[in-house]
Amino acid sequence: MIHQYILNGYHIVLDVCSGSVHVVDPLAYDMIAHFEELPKEVLLRQLQEKYRSDPDVTDEELENCWQEIEALREEGSLFSPDVFAPMAGTLKEKSAGIVKALCLHVAHTCNLNCSYCFASQGKYHGDRAVMSFEVGKQALDFLVANSGTRRNLEVDFFGGEPLMNFEVVKQLVAYARSIEKQAKKNFRFTLTTNGMLIDDDVIDFANREMSNVVLSLDGRKEVHDRFRVDYAGNGSWERIVPKFQKLVQARQGKNYYMRGTFTHANPDFLEDIRQMLKLGFTELSMEPVVCAPDDPSALTEEDIAVVKKQYEELACLMLEREAAGEPFTFYHYMLDLADGPCIYKRISGCGSGTEYMAVTPWGDLYPCHQFVGEERFKLGDIWSGVTNTEVRGEFAACNVYAKPECRDCWARLYCSGGCAANAWHATGSITGTYEAGCELFRKRMECAIMMAAARADRVQNQG
Amino acid sequence: MERKHIVSLKTRNLCASAANGGCGECQTSCQSACKTSCGIANQKCENSKKAE
Repeated sequence: MIHQYILNGYHIVLDVCSGSVHVVDPLAYDMIAHFEELPKEVLLRQLQEKYRSDPDVTDEELENCWQEIEALREEGSLFSPDVFAPMAGTLKEKSAGIVKALCLHVAHTCNLNCSYCFASQGKYHGDRAVMSFEVGKQALDFLVANSGTRRNLEVDFFGGEPLMNFEVVKQLVAYARSIEKQAKKNFRFTLTTNGMLIDDDVIDFANREMSNVVLSLDGRKEVHDRFRVDYAGNGSWERIVPKFQKLVQARQGKNYYMRGTFTHANPDFLEDIRQMLKLGFTELSMEPVVCAPDDPSALTEEDIAVVKKQYEELACLMLEREAAGEPFTFYHYMLDLADGPCIYKRISGCGSGTEYMAVTPWGDLYPCHQFVGEERFKLGDIWSGVTNTEVRGEFAACNVYAKPECRDCWARLYCSGGCAANAWHATGSITGTYEAGCELFRKRMECAIMMAAARADRVQNQG
Repeated sequence: MERKHIVSLKTRNLCASAANGGCGECQTSCQSACKTSCGIANQKCENSKKAE
């Protein structure tokens, strides 16, 4: 299977199953489009006709172009067959029973009252609660005990607002550090925060212990303050921005992301990216809102058209800034073509419900943070382990080839079937697909791959 | 063969990665920044033994 598109002047051809990416001229682009369906003579004759007015497209050039395409086909980097479908189920078995990442819900409570929050203002449609050290410690022990030979273990302090339970966060990190050497593990911690409680103590701790910090900021003040308000209805932008700036400055290059959400109110989210840049932030992530289609903040079809255009403009802005020596990162455009994930990862996906689980403040296990509160998906708890083997089995069997709509999608080995929670909310099945999310994902991949083409072009021109 | 019409970018051979892949050391997708979507293509391979 191949996918062809033109973006920012680049003619791009992806060979889906080999992972190859080719940047071609218009003649090759047209020839590849019909290479497999037309006999050579017919194809060349049609193109001869189409390019009649172009003096460069001689019979010899047509033949040369055909030979280039044929050589790529023979070496397996164009029109490569899909050899992965038969092995899809068995690839995920490699990690059967292993848990390597936990999302610790240390606080099911929040000091902001954002109406678009998928976690229902941090409560996950339940009662307010905070995790005790004993529960958190047991969760870390559960993780170590179930991680097999995995060395890198990931723990995300999440909520609600995790800094509302900061003392326990510090105690849990200290505990993890005290056991990791003997257990031959390497803990990588992430803190996801709205910023309200950041102070010097938090900054020192986060910059010492957190591999990554995710800071919630929606961009422009008026956009951010529309949703991200306290319980008195006051916007939080002015209070959190200086704290975020101080934290990022002190971080000295360690990973962080400014993570925003865009909604029906701001499909022109590139303006929010520009605002983040003006504030001095360079590691950025903006996510489409996840909510019911009838929610007032849900993206409409018209919004999605705007967003797709914004994604293209964002890619061009990033290329311009790179060329000017002022690069910035957009999380969804971080595409490492040469050293990205293996086919195992590409088929298996995010690992929710198998390698990755969420832990509630009282120690229940769920397939991921987005399933917390959905009783049907409760997997077990951190003392007894996974007892709901039926649900775990559903997630273990969920891979990109288990999703009928993904089988013919060119982006299937870039998204690996997408988010199980989004699929479930949209279709009632974790093997369904959230089509609006797919449409945006495909556009993001087209942009990211175009950027790779532009960078290669720049290097070639400089050389 | 010198190519005039096609430039191929450097990419990982996915078919070859089937042989040595699956070490599981790479980052779990949602732990990084998104939390509400899934994309695995932006995860870096952390397999220290990969040969392909």
